[in-house]
Amino acid sequence: MQINNVIEAKQLTKTYDEKCVVNKLDLTIPAGQCFGLLGPNGAGKTTTLRMLLGMTTPDSGELQVLQYSIPLQARQMRAQLGVVPQMDNLDPDFTVTENLYTYASYFGLCRSQVKDRIEYLLEFANLQSKRHARIDTLSGGMQRRLTLARALINQPKILILDEPTTGLDPQARQIIWQRLRHLQNDGMTIVLTTHYMEEAQRLCDQIAIVDQGRMIASGSPKELIDNNVEPHVVEVHGTELEHWLTERGEHLGARCERLMETVIFYLQDEQPLLQELMAKKGLEYLHRPANLEDVFLKITGRELRE
Amino acid sequence: MSGLEDCQTQIWLRWLPIWRRNARVWRKLAGPALLGNIGEPLLYLFGLGYGLGFFVGQVNGMDYVVFLASGTVCASAMNTASFEGLYSAYTRMAVQDTWLGMFTAPLDLGDIVVGEAIWGGTKSLISAAAILLVAAGLGLVADWQALWVLPIAFLLGTCFASLALVVTSVSKSYDFFLYYFTLVITPMLLLSGVFFPLEQMPELIQQISAYLPLSHAVALVRPLMTGQAVSDILFHLGVIILYLVIALPIAIRMIKKRLLS
Repeated sequence: MQINNVIEAKQLTKTYDEKCVVNKLDLTIPAGQCFGLLGPNGAGKTTTLRMLLGMTTPDSGELQVLQYSIPLQARQMRAQLGVVPQMDNLDPDFTVTENLYTYASYFGLCRSQVKDRIEYLLEFANLQSKRHARIDTLSGGMQRRLTLARALINQPKILILDEPTTGLDPQARQIIWQRLRHLQNDGMTIVLTTHYMEEAQRLCDQIAIVDQGRMIASGSPKELIDNNVEPHVVEVHGTELEHWLTERGEHLGARCERLMETVIFYLQDEQPLLQELMAKKGLEYLHRPANLEDVFLKITGRELRE
Repeated sequence: MSGLEDCQTQIWLRWLPIWRRNARVWRKLAGPALLGNIGEPLLYLFGLGYGLGFFVGQVNGMDYVVFLASGTVCASAMNTASFEGLYSAYTRMAVQDTWLGMFTAPLDLGDIVVGEAIWGGTKSLISAAAILLVAAGLGLVADWQALWVLPIAFLLGTCFASLALVVTSVSKSYDFFLYYFTLVITPMLLLSGVFFPLEQMPELIQQISAYLPLSHAVALVRPLMTGQAVSDILFHLGVIILYLVIALPIAIRMIKKRLLS
């Protein structure tokens, strides 16, 4: 049976100590999609994921995952779910394969049932040579890959990842992205949270940006960029910056933002400004297409969230 | 192969994967673990039993070391399960996030806590068996009826593991457990007839002792190991079971409250 929407949330709300962490959130995630949940720290991303898993009970609203009513039928639903948590919680007392066999046993799967699956997952995670290694001898990237492999042990219908590449170096991150894209091509539904806009832009079909528990924008990465920011961005800095700005006055003819020693211009037509800047001495500039980070900063603001 | 069918067919065995996981870890470290579990009780047995026993002579009509051997089995069962339910369980709950990993598989915290409690009972069984073996080798055990001590040690361990899990559920760090040892475990050790009989103690002490699960275990284990008739079996078992069936649901509820806010 094909389920069209694997996750459907209506008006989800959760309040802690009178602070509304998730506020009337609606989510619809179709099967086979990679869905990104983006937002600054404290936006309610992790609480939302916890609600999807049945770990946090919403105060109000409706939630269905794989047509199971959550949290009521969360256990049955979790049997068909894979989870990569924010912090690796591999068993440090076990080797790589022991971790996989033990985790399989939590699903009621015995050794003979998962033997081939584990071989496949070791290959998938590129950990064949580490099968008998202890967890503390693995690099951060290897541990993440093992956590990902572990989450796939039960051949889940949905994979949930909470900041899958936080703390990894660029090489390790590339491998994780590659593996996720592989899963995506196989039709796996993926839900991930991330701080990295580049990650979201590369992987996600659909993105929801949340802040203070509310969804403030959603769409494909391209839609979000097209609908929220101008297509061109020019960042200007240099010793002559102050002088140049005074000379031009505040009439810059474009939306711009001052960030310490840099001015960022968002433009429909970048050519006039680039011409002008090329002729100036003492000014450095960088011209780039608008990206998801520009969208994110525009709609969630630039102040620090801690 | 979603795993769903498998886990639904064995509802009453859902705690088993948790137990097996702990058993597998234990097997890896069995040497030092066994040494820790039975080393200390054996030192007490030799030090106090033969050392102090020389001055004490006979207690309740038996050599002091014989008297102490049965107490040591019970005390060790209590300590082993308490350590497991406090330090080890806390590590899995709050440090390694092992329980959260189990939870993201289709296991509930109820299964996990029951698995931990039964595992605590199992460790008590192991340490009781080891001490019993040594005591038998030293000629301190009367006859085969002493084997009934093993299921009692398992029950007592499951009971104390459950009590310990209640404490773990509210603990913010390992340091907190010292309160439990100082305020509960050590007084229990001294007031349950492990080291000395309570008959000559003040009436109040004897009344308190009657409420302690450890003293009821001692009341069963001592006659079993010394070849005497055991009386009030159901009553003594009942008290231990009562503690267990009260503590375990509380532990489950409190741990749910802590992890599933």
